[in-house]
Amino acid sequence: MTEFHIPGCAAEVRQYNARVNDILEETMSEQKIRVLVAKPGLDGHDRGAKVVARALRDAGMEVIYTGLRQTPEMIAEAALQEDVDVIGLSILSGAHMAIIPRILDLLKANGQERVNIFVGGIIPDEDAPRLKEMGVKGVYGPGAPTAIIVNEIRAAVKPAK
Amino acid sequence: MGKTHVDSILSGNLPLMARLLTQVENGTAEGLAVLNELFPYTGKAHLIGVTGAPGTGKSSLVNQIALHYRKSTQPNPKRVAIIAVDPTSPFTGGAVLGDRVRMRDLSGDPGVFIRSMASRGSLGGLAQTTASMVQVFDAAGFEVILVETVGAGQTEVDIARLAHTTLVVESPGLGDEIQAIKAGILEIADILVLNKADMPGVDNTERALKGMLGLSHPVEKIFHHGETMVTKGGIPAASSGWVPPILRTIATDGTGVAELVVAIEQHAQHLHQVDEWRSREKVRLEVELDALLTETLAARFRQKLPEGFFDNLVGRLVKRTLSPREAVKLLLDESENAM
Repeated sequence: MTEFHIPGCAAEVRQYNARVNDILEETMSEQKIRVLVAKPGLDGHDRGAKVVARALRDAGMEVIYTGLRQTPEMIAEAALQEDVDVIGLSILSGAHMAIIPRILDLLKANGQERVNIFVGGIIPDEDAPRLKEMGVKGVYGPGAPTAIIVNEIRAAVKPAK
Repeated sequence: MGKTHVDSILSGNLPLMARLLTQVENGTAEGLAVLNELFPYTGKAHLIGVTGAPGTGKSSLVNQIALHYRKSTQPNPKRVAIIAVDPTSPFTGGAVLGDRVRMRDLSGDPGVFIRSMASRGSLGGLAQTTASMVQVFDAAGFEVILVETVGAGQTEVDIARLAHTTLVVESPGLGDEIQAIKAGILEIADILVLNKADMPGVDNTERALKGMLGLSHPVEKIFHHGETMVTKGGIPAASSGWVPPILRTIATDGTGVAELVVAIEQHAQHLHQVDEWRSREKVRLEVELDALLTETLAARFRQKLPEGFFDNLVGRLVKRTLSPREAVKLLLDESENAM
């Protein structure tokens, strides 16, 4: 291979190109993590869901945001149509022990057991281990750093790909 | 994914189709192989493009159009697929796809399939693989395919090449007559939709749009200096004699949507009558082939170059010791030597 040299410039150009290539590769990258962010139940406070959606976007994921007051059926349907890797649920109403098993059942009925479920919101400490037993991958309360959520989603999805 | 997958997609296996859409979007070898197998089954669906500036109500309108098709009184309402494209961040490669928020009325209906898509760095309002995703829906038997563009603005003309019928959605308060006579998005409209027709300023917007249409399509009667005049001749019709109608809608409550769907169906009929349906198909496939060829050739070309050659040229461009055109010439010379 021929090596070209431009005095005083080559290093920066190579560095710059490497960066551009990285960005391009990330942008065009074939394997994007697709996440459905949904708010089941009747509480109307979606700031947390939006903050997380934004953080996941900034981490290079494709986030499908479905908005407030989604039923488990709507969430399972959207997860199927969008073929997501992850569902992020935000629940503040205390209905998580009723809603999440229902969503898990519907996913199973659709043959989508591979979808990773993450939950955020107001989840009592004693419920978190029970949710994880059911198959939920992560439970986050108020103030959870978004970087941790991003890393745990990446860790959960990558091996499956 | 193989032959059996092709069969089950043709017979309506939705989870598998969703997987295939992902594979096609990602350009995996097996996804593209299935796409090749599906291609003979395409060409039946009516592709409807919906474009317009952000916030004009495209998603809500798509929701209403789909609802209308599904509620139709016919015994077998048409199956509707929706592809909603939203922008990818050029800085992080991530995206928030929010069009489903406006389409919740459609959930629970197995005859509707909504798929959100990130533009993944492509300009022109669609993603590179949108046309391929359309083919999957077409083969799977969806009779109406609604494609909603990013909504970036005046350069989103790719949709007109993809769709049979292109709706351009406008709403009051977005611009004056100057916006209306600019080249670009308004020219691609087969139907102009004036959404949010309950907002103030709707008459002004409609007047501006009418004025724009009057310039590009011959009108018999014009209102000039306070009286109605009859014009003869005028400017020859742009294409096949279809003059885009302007239809008022209120997408939040469905007002005017029935009339809009009638106009969409009339446009499809018109295309068949003047044989433009087929010529649009031809243009579409031609563009697709051309894009694929360019992409494949460029990839193959860059593989052949000696390592560092391209980077070196970029370095010289940065130093302004070489112009981009000269660089292309050097690249071509180099590849010919390599062959």
